[in-house]
This record gives sequence, C-alpha cells and structure tokens, in this order.
Amino acid sequence: MNIIFFYITVIAYLFATFISIIYLIIHNDKFIGIANKVILAGFASHTLTIASRWFEAGRAPFVNLHEALSLFSWMVVVIYLLIFLRHKLTVLGAFVAPFALLLIITASFLPKEIIPLAPALESYWLPIHVSLAFLGNAFFAMTFLFGIMYVIQERYLKSKKVGGLYFLLPSLDIVDELSYRCLTYGFPLLTLAIITGAIWAEYAWGSYWSWEPRQTWSLITWFLYAALIHGRLTVGWRGRKAAIFSIIAFLILVGSFAIIKLFSWGAHAVFR
Amino acid sequence: MNLIIVGLSHKTAPVEIREKLSFPSQTIGEPLNRLCTSYGINEGVIISTCNRVEIFAVTRDIEKGLWQLKRFMSDYHNIPIEGLDEHLYTYTSEDAARHIFRVASGLDSMVLGEPQIFGQVKDAYGYALQHRTAGVIINKLFHKAFSVAKRIRTETKIGSSAVSISYAAVELAKKIFGTLEGKSVMLIGAGEMAELAAKHLLSNGVQEIIVANRTYERAIEMAKGFNGTPIMFREFPHYLKRVDIVIASTAAPKYIIRPEQIDEVIKERKNRSMFFIDISVPRNVDPLINNIDNIYLYNVDDLQGVVEANMKERAKEAKAAEVIIDEEIKNFYRWVKSLDVVPTIVALKKKIEDIRKGEVEKALSGLNGLQEKDIQVIDAMTKAIVNKIVHDPVTHLKKEANKVEGDFYIEAARRLFDLNTEEVEVEKKIEEGS
Repeated sequence: MNIIFFYITVIAYLFATFISIIYLIIHNDKFIGIANKVILAGFASHTLTIASRWFEAGRAPFVNLHEALSLFSWMVVVIYLLIFLRHKLTVLGAFVAPFALLLIITASFLPKEIIPLAPALESYWLPIHVSLAFLGNAFFAMTFLFGIMYVIQERYLKSKKVGGLYFLLPSLDIVDELSYRCLTYGFPLLTLAIITGAIWAEYAWGSYWSWEPRQTWSLITWFLYAALIHGRLTVGWRGRKAAIFSIIAFLILVGSFAIIKLFSWGAHAVFR
Repeated sequence: MNLIIVGLSHKTAPVEIREKLSFPSQTIGEPLNRLCTSYGINEGVIISTCNRVEIFAVTRDIEKGLWQLKRFMSDYHNIPIEGLDEHLYTYTSEDAARHIFRVASGLDSMVLGEPQIFGQVKDAYGYALQHRTAGVIINKLFHKAFSVAKRIRTETKIGSSAVSISYAAVELAKKIFGTLEGKSVMLIGAGEMAELAAKHLLSNGVQEIIVANRTYERAIEMAKGFNGTPIMFREFPHYLKRVDIVIASTAAPKYIIRPEQIDEVIKERKNRSMFFIDISVPRNVDPLINNIDNIYLYNVDDLQGVVEANMKERAKEAKAAEVIIDEEIKNFYRWVKSLDVVPTIVALKKKIEDIRKGEVEKALSGLNGLQEKDIQVIDAMTKAIVNKIVHDPVTHLKKEANKVEGDFYIEAARRLFDLNTEEVEVEKKIEEGS
C-alpha cells in the first residue's frame, strides 16, 4: 500500500514542479496557485505513504535510505506549508516542489523493501533521534532555498537589469529574515539530534561518541551552522554573504550524508 | 439590437484632430440627447478624454447606425465626414463589446494598464445615466466592463509594476526592504524629481525624512512639506548611517558620496542594506559603491531601464488579460442572446397556461357531481397535455437562441403564438436575471 501512495506522491510533486516551471516562465499567478494545491495533495498522499509504511513495517519507517529521503522531503514540505500559512509566500512553492521532487525521485530509485531493524537499534530513541535530525535538516534545506532566492534577487538588483524572476521573488530583507528564522529553528534541532544520537549510541553500543564518520560530519555541520548564527548575531553577516554561506553549508551537509551513505561507513551503516 | 462604436484615439488621430472632436463633460448632456433623438439611436454613451473620443450606441441596423454616428460627429463638430473618416475606427457587435472591455481595463491605453481610464469610462457612463440615454443593453455592458476591468486588475499584474521613474524607485526600495514602514530617507539637494520620489516613499510608509541642502533655508522649507528634519549640508555624511534610502540631486559637479565613506557607513550599520538613488546629472554618487555588499545604487538611466522592463512585463500581463476578456465576452453574449429568448418563453408559457385554466374552468362549470379527486385528475391531465406540447418548442428555442440565426426563431415563435413581450416586462426579467 505504501508503495502506491509513494508513487502518487512522486507524480504529484512532478506535476507541481512542472506547473511551477510554467509559472516561473509566464508569471501567471494562477499557475502557482495550482502548483500549491498540487503540493498540498502530494503532501496528503506523502503523509499516507509514511503512515501506511509505519503500519506495515510495525516500526518507525526511518530506517533505510529510501525511508530517510522520503521522510526528509516530507518534512521540507511540512515546513514549507507552515511558512506558507504564516507568510503567504506563494513563490516559495516553485522552489520547494522541485526540491521535494529531487529527494523523492532519488528515494524511488533505492530499494524499497521493508527490512527488519537490527536488534541493537531497537529503541524509542530511533524515531526521536531521526526525526529531530531530519526536522533540523529540513529547516536547513529552507535556508538553502532562501539562499538561492536571495542570490538570484540580489543579482537582479545589483545588475540593475530587472526582469524574469525579479517580478516574482520576494524582497531581499524578507528572504533574509525568513532564512535567519529557519536557521534559529534548525540549529537547536540539530544540537538535540546530536545529543539524542549520543544517548542512543550509549544504549546501543555503550559509548556516547565513537568518531564514526556520520557523527564527525554532524559535528562539522554543527560548527558550520554555529558559525553562521554567530556571524549573523554578532558580526552582522546578512544578505549575500549569509545567503551564500547557507547554500554552501547545506551542500556540505547533503554531500557528506550522501557520501557516507554511499560507502556505508560506520555505525549508521546498519541503517542501509 | 446591435452594439456599435465609432471613435478615434491616440492610435488613429493626432491631438489636433482629437481636440476638435472632443465633447467637454460640462455640456455632455446636449450631444447625448441629440444623438438619441435625431439620429435614430436607441441608447448611447460618449467617452471623451484627451486620448480618445468614442461613441457607443445601440441600434437596430448596424450599417445605418454606423453612418448615423459618423454623421453625428461631423454635424456636431462641423467637420466634413470626408476629412474625418481616415481617423475613425468602427466596431460592431462582439468586437464593440470587446473594445469597451479593453478600454475600461486600460489595454487600449497609451500606457498599458493605466488606471485613470477606468474612472473616465465610469464618468461617461454616469453622464449617460444622468441624461437617460443608457438603456438595458448599455447598462449591462458597462457594468460588465467595470467588473471585467476589476477582475483583470486583481487576477493579472497589469497595473502592479511602476511605469514612472519615481514609482520605480519606490518599487525597488520595496524589493530591497520589503516594507518601508519605519524606514528613513535622506534627501541631498532639492530637485523636483527627488521631492516627488520622497512623497511616494512617504505615502508608502517611510517614517522619517531628513533634508540636506546647500541653502539651509531651502532645506527648512522642503522639510516642512514632509514633516521632516532639515540639516546643514556639510552635516549630511554624519547622518548617512541613520538612513536606509538616500536620494541625491545636487548640482555638485563631482561625486559627493564616495566608496571609502560608504565602506565605513555599512560597517556601522552592521550591513543593513542601503538604497542610493542618484538623480543628479552630473552624478553625485560614485558608481563604485554599487560593488559594496548590501549597497544598491540606481541613477536616472538605471531607473529608466527598470521602467522599460516593467512596461515589457505589463505587455506580458496584457496577454493574460486578453484571455479573461475572451471569457467574459462569451458570458456577455450568452446573456444578450438569452435576453430575447427568456421573455419569449415566459410569454409563451403564460399564454398557454391562461388558455388551459380558462378552458378547464369552463368545462368544470358544466359538470356536476364531481369529487375533489376528479377535479384534480382533470387539472393534472390538462397540465400534462399542455406541458408536453410546449416542451419541444421551448427546448428548441433555448437551443437555437445561442446560434447565429437565433433571432429568426424567436421572431417566428412570437408571430406564430401572437406574443407581445412588453419592453417593461423584458427589463424586469433582466433585472431579476442579472
């Protein structure tokens, strides 16, 4: 059942991406309206995907990479919908749709069988640790998307050649502010994820910290985002510099995650 | 009934011709009345602005009507038709309705999507109402035109991008700062354009305006107008860090704002963005400051470039607007057609029902000893017969009414059944229907 919902979700995000691209080209608000409705429909089916998989597996479906990517893109959409409700930032959908699509398409190519959980990992810390980590990452994904939006809009304004996306993208200060807010949510979540991960590791392997690659890279990511928060709060980093930093930090986060998964290093490899 | 238009606009006639043919609004009643009394026109509206003169009319015969409108224009202004004809355009039926929708929405204007024309069309319609030259069709048409224009304004962004330099500056400021609430502006020098831009910024929520000028008295005078703060000219560098937007328009022959200075200022502002508008020639602000992060500098040419880009964007939006117009034209014509068929059907049904009732009563008065149930059966039977007979003609009338030859069917039905659909009744029906 979860596989059917999964493919419905893929189609919905694909469709939303397609309509978003039309919107970005012809600037007709009708299209972004439709795209947002399709994202909402995709989100509903995505929720059913995860719920039914949870039910079918009899455990939190946060274990293999397919599940992880699906969960991640679901959380990105959740946060998007929250931002949409508060700020009515319709154009953001045109960036979120392709992003969610990319994640879920990658997930669709990965093995989808429900695998039993290694006994060592069976603990209520699993859903807590994994959801905290992905929620935090989803907020960072938003700072990444806002970073891209900022850099594009800033380019238009600096070059004085307005046109194209200039008309659709929101104001620089608004994008910057939202990016900062996502950062202030993402950072504590990442911190908690690292702490709960350490506690879980203590339960599972009897050691809080073993310097395995995933842990090490989480820590590096943590330092990167800590530097960004620090820069924003005290040195007055804002605008382009902060935007580019958000983009790079997220790319490092995703890159390290992908490489570790690819080579299956360390304790987190049990998740394959 | 047919809708016709004869008119001229900035697209077809130079100003020398337009001014000769204009109808001043103070005395518009006279030509309106003359149009409807002496030229065989049923309903009429005259739109006269500096860019266009158009006469909208409802007439029975299209060819004759067009000729009459041209004759009216020529008679009224004492210009021979021959000299007039080359500047005039004409629209009939659906094209005429489309034209008024486009005009009201600003799609036919010199500056695409400009909003003034909406008010002008509204006024013109108001005069026609006032002088009782607007009837059922004009009423419906103009109301529709207004709702179409409003729909276009909300569903497309045709009027949203700035097409003047001072508005372009406000728009850019909004793209940088989001909201202008609580922002402050400094005017350096006193140019007319700077003043205009400051006014627009102020009406968009800017909180504080600081005015610096070489002659302090002029600064005080200008500041008064904005409820702002005048400062001495040599003091202005100290105020830079306090303001978000700077409008420079002095007559200084060299740069008065330099990159080294702004490097310092932006540091003190902790990188909060600044927007410099340099509308002075020769320029007052060193163009190099645009390279500093979070500093945006626009000179007159840059703003002009934004205006041109906005114009292009409006043209893009206009395409979406045309789609809406197509849609609304279809709706409108469905209504126009039903205008004839609805009262015809009502009259047909009423006539037959009257006959039935009369005959049933007559028959019942001649019958004795009938139960209440029997009477009901007779009543139901006659109703059924009548309904079955009327059913087919009514369905066909409804269907045919939407076709080109619809009028013919309606006319035939009226004659065959000898129906007199009173004008008054028609209007009542329309009021209910719309």
